[in-house]
Amino acid sequence: MNKIIEVKDVSKSYGGVVANKDISIEVQEGGITGLIGPNGSGKTTLFNSIVGYHPIDGGSIKFQNQEISKLQVQDIARLGLLRTFQQTRIYGAMDCVQNMLISLPHRKMSLNDMFSRNTKADYEKADRLLEFVGLYEKRFLRSGSLSFGQQKLLEFAMALMNEPTVLLLDEPTAGINPTLINGLIDRLRRANTEFGITLFIIEHNMRVIMNMADKMYCLAHGELLAEGTPDEIQNDQRVIDAYLGAH
Amino acid sequence: MNKTLLYGILIAGTIIAPFILPDYRTQLATMWLMIIVALTWDMTGGQMGYNSLGNIFFYGTGMYVAAVVGISLAYNVADYTNAAGGGIYKFTDGQYFGGIFLGSIAAGLFCAACAVIIGWITFGLRGPYFAIGTLGVAIAAGELVSNWDWVGGGQGIALPVYPGDFNIGKIFFYFLFAGLGCAVFIFVKWLYSTRFGAAMNAIRDDEEKAEAMGIHTLRYKLIAWAMAAFFVGIAGAISAFQLIHFEPLETAYQTINLGIFMVVCVLLGGKGTLWGPVIGAIMFHVFKEVTWNYLLGWQWVALGALIVVTVVYFQDGVMGWLMLKRPEWFGMKVEQKTASAEAVK
Ligand SMILES: Nc1ncnc2c1ncn2[C@@H]1O[C@H](COP(=O)(O)OP(=O)(O)O)[C@@H](O)[C@H]1O
Ligand SMILES: [Mg+2]
Repeated sequence: MNKIIEVKDVSKSYGGVVANKDISIEVQEGGITGLIGPNGSGKTTLFNSIVGYHPIDGGSIKFQNQEISKLQVQDIARLGLLRTFQQTRIYGAMDCVQNMLISLPHRKMSLNDMFSRNTKADYEKADRLLEFVGLYEKRFLRSGSLSFGQQKLLEFAMALMNEPTVLLLDEPTAGINPTLINGLIDRLRRANTEFGITLFIIEHNMRVIMNMADKMYCLAHGELLAEGTPDEIQNDQRVIDAYLGAH
Repeated sequence: MNKTLLYGILIAGTIIAPFILPDYRTQLATMWLMIIVALTWDMTGGQMGYNSLGNIFFYGTGMYVAAVVGISLAYNVADYTNAAGGGIYKFTDGQYFGGIFLGSIAAGLFCAACAVIIGWITFGLRGPYFAIGTLGVAIAAGELVSNWDWVGGGQGIALPVYPGDFNIGKIFFYFLFAGLGCAVFIFVKWLYSTRFGAAMNAIRDDEEKAEAMGIHTLRYKLIAWAMAAFFVGIAGAISAFQLIHFEPLETAYQTINLGIFMVVCVLLGGKGTLWGPVIGAIMFHVFKEVTWNYLLGWQWVALGALIVVTVVYFQDGVMGWLMLKRPEWFGMKVEQKTASAEAVK
């Protein structure tokens, strides 16, 4: 397998707070990579660095062998490297279908395409993906009126609509009704196997990520604490200590 | 209601209005001007979430560009403005109408280019900073132009009067504004139905999300503002010839009058909607004309009160109020059973 994302010695501080220190990780093409760590360990900061949300203090970030650490958020998104937000971001005033249509991949759109209406195929694709995440019945509702968990599912569907090569998910199961989590895990797996999207997932819930990931990284206090297979991570004493120490 | 019938009535009303209300031809023309500046303000303010206080810059600049182009078809601009209306400067019909036509096109294109340049700098600003930044551009432009003798300095420019019957002239300008107003309406109605319109709304609702999804936010902001500026520039061009004489600060770059009124019109009618700016502009214009005629001395107080009440208590305007009361008219559905539906799953 090829490494599709390669993060090398990346550091990021907020004022005096060192959120990431010399982090090096790799994401394999076609796989599911997990990123765990206690709250405040710097997981979201690392995602933000990868997608160009803020400039990094040092190090290098490569996507498909191209250096992207100086690129802007939009440019990186158009390369096919997409993220969802921990605090879920959707367009609350629009209905679900409109949210989906606005998420069509802009890397393929010319200005001419922008001045035309959405095609029948676009609508069908939106419906199909809303069906996939279980929001089809609610497709004409104002998305702001959906529950938090449904908004998370909508954001996931919007990301799929965008046809990313790699999708970075920031705590996809947080705030979701526990009875729905198994269904979501299944959909994440299918996004990986059926749609061929490489996944890089931040997950606080160990049970969830152990089930899915083929490679895992664990952060603590802004530093890379451990890496390995889910089994190796699960049995790593440093990881156990970090998690126990954090609670 | 039958939409074709509604539009038919509106078009018929637009055509016969100056003939059945001959005493109000100029007021009706001004009402169309208000509709144009309100509709174009809403393109960025209501649909894209960028509240510009500087759109009046395009109105003033449109006036000057059209005047300079119109004059230069017949005379040297410096000689003409130097004489300040004193010399004898005759324009043939061809020069006059050619001046309006070419002047309008030049004004529209020039203002669109200005929007791209100003937007390049100011679109980095968010919220109130964008509003104040664009207002600053309009104020500075007024001051600069009033010190520029080539275009008449603080005196402004006097243009030739309509070459023909005085009343036909009024009808002529009425139809120029009405025609432009209808064109703007049809244009934005189409624009809001395209993907571009959806992208504008996405920028308004959550610009960071739009960026994260790979939308070319800056490009679309610049294009949207340039399109608005194009139409406002043409409106300024028509105004320049309609008013015959205009000054830089009081007429062209009138930041505290038309510059603010266009925002109030949109708020009154409902921002971010197709009909809101139209309804608001008509309401505002009627209110203003009535107070100017019947509340002389108190007209500014009445207008100020209207602005305060609108901004404080009626921010969503007529259309916003209707959407709240009659969501089904707008094809909106509201979820009531979210909690129970989730429990069942
Ligand atoms: N925008 C910010 N400004 C200042 N400090 C921040 C900011 N974002 C995160 N931090 C700090 O950086 C550290 C890592 O945060 P974060 O990456 O959000 O952790 P995680 O996602 O693992 O919970 C925390 O100490 C947090 O307080
Ligand atoms: Mg986080």
